[in-house]
Amino acid sequence: MDQQLQDSCLVKRYLDGDEKALEVLINKHSQRIYGFIYSKVYDRDVTEDIFQDTFIKVIKTLKRGKYNEEGKFLPWVIRIAQNLVIDHFRRNSRMPKFEGNDEFNILTVLGDPGLNAEKQIIKEQVETDLKSLVAELPQDQQEVLIMRLYKDMSFKEIAAVTGVSINTALGRMRYAIINLRKLVKKNNIILTN
Amino acid sequence: MANLYISESSKQKQLKPRKETIRFLLDYSKALSVTKYKEMTFETISN
Repeated sequence: MDQQLQDSCLVKRYLDGDEKALEVLINKHSQRIYGFIYSKVYDRDVTEDIFQDTFIKVIKTLKRGKYNEEGKFLPWVIRIAQNLVIDHFRRNSRMPKFEGNDEFNILTVLGDPGLNAEKQIIKEQVETDLKSLVAELPQDQQEVLIMRLYKDMSFKEIAAVTGVSINTALGRMRYAIINLRKLVKKNNIILTN
Repeated sequence: MANLYISESSKQKQLKPRKETIRFLLDYSKALSVTKYKEMTFETISN
């Protein structure tokens, strides 16, 4: 009750032109209003903006002579702040944004799916090495390997195209892989990215 | 004697607006003047 009396007194003094009264009012309630806004938005910058907008509205309303909530200054200011918080969330739901902070940066989770320059070079090198290794294989094994791995054909299809049985196609694939492994070992090639 | 494992940093920091924000609001209040003419209200910000 005493505080309400004091507030209404300060408001009256402000309306009479005493700017110092506003400073007292702001300083008196800043912590509660700021805390209230922060408890809703959890962001210091947004809180600062809403706090500022709240008091701009308070100042405008007071200067226009439209304040009539005798003795209930703080609840009135809190209500203004609450409306501005709602406006903030409405705006953000229309245009959601995500901001990182010191503890969590979105860029650590959202990586660039593309390879970086170094990995791109390694990938090209691996592909070139692999091509030359495949070229070393006997023709029949080469055929099966290319059809299976690069053309994604089934062994049934490979068998039909090459005119051999499925078992022969499977055997050629097996030997192609064994021979590739031998070639990799022999040439000391690293085929990893 | 048991130790108190409470560090200074664990205390809740007081939530307060920046000084600049308060200064801005006070300056804004000083600069704003509202003039009424019949049904109309005019706001003027003087530098």
